[in-house]
Amino acid sequence: MVMEYNPKIPTLRPYIDPDNQGFWDGVREHRLVIQKCKDCGLVIHRPRPMCPRCLSTEREWTPSMGKGVIYAYVNVIYQNAGYPGIKAPYSVVVVEITEGVRILANLYDIEPEGVRIGTPVEICFDDIADDLTLPKFKRLNS
Amino acid sequence: MAIDSIKDKAAIVGIGVVDFSTDIGRTEWYTACQAIKLAAEEAGVNIDDIDGMVKSVDDGPDPTYTGKGLGIDNLLYHSENHWGTSAMMNAVHAVAGGLCNYCVYYQTAHRASGPEKCISDFLVAREFRDDSLDMVRYDYFSPFGLIGEPGYVAMMYRRYMHETGIKPEQLGWVPIVASENAARNTNAIFFDKSITIDDYMQSKLIADPIRELDCAPKVDGSIAIVITTPERAKALKQEPVIINSVASGYALEGQNYTSYTRDVITDLPEMENMAKELYRVGGMGPKDIKVAMLDDTFAPYVPMQLEALGFCGKGEAPAFIEGGDKIRVGGQLPVNPDGGEIGQGRFITTRIVEAVRQIRGTSTNQVANTDTVLVASGAGGPADGMICRKE
Ligand SMILES: [Zn+2]
Repeated sequence: MVMEYNPKIPTLRPYIDPDNQGFWDGVREHRLVIQKCKDCGLVIHRPRPMCPRCLSTEREWTPSMGKGVIYAYVNVIYQNAGYPGIKAPYSVVVVEITEGVRILANLYDIEPEGVRIGTPVEICFDDIADDLTLPKFKRLNS
Repeated sequence: MAIDSIKDKAAIVGIGVVDFSTDIGRTEWYTACQAIKLAAEEAGVNIDDIDGMVKSVDDGPDPTYTGKGLGIDNLLYHSENHWGTSAMMNAVHAVAGGLCNYCVYYQTAHRASGPEKCISDFLVAREFRDDSLDMVRYDYFSPFGLIGEPGYVAMMYRRYMHETGIKPEQLGWVPIVASENAARNTNAIFFDKSITIDDYMQSKLIADPIRELDCAPKVDGSIAIVITTPERAKALKQEPVIINSVASGYALEGQNYTSYTRDVITDLPEMENMAKELYRVGGMGPKDIKVAMLDDTFAPYVPMQLEALGFCGKGEAPAFIEGGDKIRVGGQLPVNPDGGEIGQGRFITTRIVEAVRQIRGTSTNQVANTDTVLVASGAGGPADGMICRKE
C-alpha cells in the first residue's frame, strides 16, 4: 500500500452514469469487467454509448483477467500538480491489459521511483472508503 | 473535404494587446473592452462599425458585457469557439461569408490573479470549479489523482520518451530558446535573461517527467484582433495581414491532452489532419513557411508539432530542437520568436499577435523577410491552425 490519502479531503468520486455503471459496479465487487460489443465482439474501454466499429448499442460486460503491462505513467511529485487528498509523490499508470484495452489507475505495491514501462502487473482492488473502491495494479504474482 | 472558399478571403487589420501582468488589478470586463478599443483604434475602424464578435470559450466576458461596455448597439454576428485559431475560424467565416463586415475576436483571461490563483499553481482549478465542464474526466482520471494538465501531458511525454528516446537534455532547448526570445520581447514578462541547460535540468519536476519550465505559467492578459475582408482592408490604417488558410483537425479516440486509449499516443494525428487541410486550402507546404508559431503550453508538444506539421521527418524532431540553432531566429525554422507561451504566459492568442507583427516587420525579434507564418493551436487534442501571409 504505497498511496497515502488525506482523510480530511474526500477522494473525488467517479462520475457514474448509465454508460459506465457496469464497470464501477464490477469494481465495487472486486471484479474487473470491460465493455464488449454484443454484435461484433469489440472490447472497448472507456465505456461508451455504442460500439465505435459497428455502431451497435447492444453492450455487455465481459470479465477481464486483469493482467497487463505498464504502458505509461506519471509520478506526481509536486503536491499542487496533483490532488490535495492524495499525498505526493504518487504514481498514476496506464496499463495495457491482455484483452487489448488500456486502464488508468494507481499502483498498489510499487513506489514511484520503482515504476517502469513494461513492468507486468495485475489488478487488485482497494476499498479506500466505505463507499469507494478503486482498481489498482500490483506486481504480477506478488 | 472542405471547399476552398476561405482562401485569402479575410485579413487581420488591427491588434489590441493589454500589457500582460501577474496582477493586473482590473476586471476582465475592463481589459476585454480595453483590448477591443485598442484593436479598433489601431485598425482605424470606428467602434460603431464593429458588427461581429467572437469570444474565446471559457475566457473572459461575453459580448453582452463587451458590447455594453463599448456602447455597441447591434451585432450581426456573435459566437464563441475554443482555442485561439479555432475562434479565428469563426471570424474568418463570418467576414468571408458576408455575415458581418468588421469582426473582433478577443481572448481575455486573468489566470494569474483571478479566481484560479488561490486554488493551485497550475491549471487544475477549472476542473474543480466548474463541474459541468468535461464531466467525463471525473470517472476516468480524477479518483486516481490525475488532475491538472501537467499530469495529463506527463503521461503522454513518458511514453514519448520511451518510444523516441528523447532526453530532457534535448527537450530543454524548447524553454531555453523561449527564454532567449522572451528576453528580447518587452511584452514578455517571465524571462529577463535566457536560461541554460543547467537551469533547465535543475527545474523542479512537478509531474515527472514534466518540469516546471516545461509549462507555460499563468498570466493576466487580454488581446483583441480585428478581421475584415481584404477589400475593406484597403481603406484602413494598417497593412493587412492576409489569412491564407484556416483549418481544424480531429482524429479517432482524441481527448484534450489525454488520448491514452488510441493505438499510438505519442503523435498528434489531429495536428496532422489539420495541417493537410491547411496546406491544401492555402496552396502551400511546410517549406513555404518562414516562421512557425507553435503551441508551447507544454514543451513536449513542440517537437511533436514539428513532425506533425511536416517541418521535419518522423523521429527527427528531438535532433531538430537540440542546441536550438534550427529553431532560433536566423535558423532553418524560427519557432515562436516572441518567447511563446512559456515566455509570455499561458495565452493562446499571443501567437496570432506575433504572426501579425512578423508579417508587418514589427516584432521585437524580427525574422528577416517574413511573408508567411503558420499558427498552430490545440496540440494534444482537437487542433486548429492558420497560415497568414503578406499581401
Ligand atoms: Zn461492434
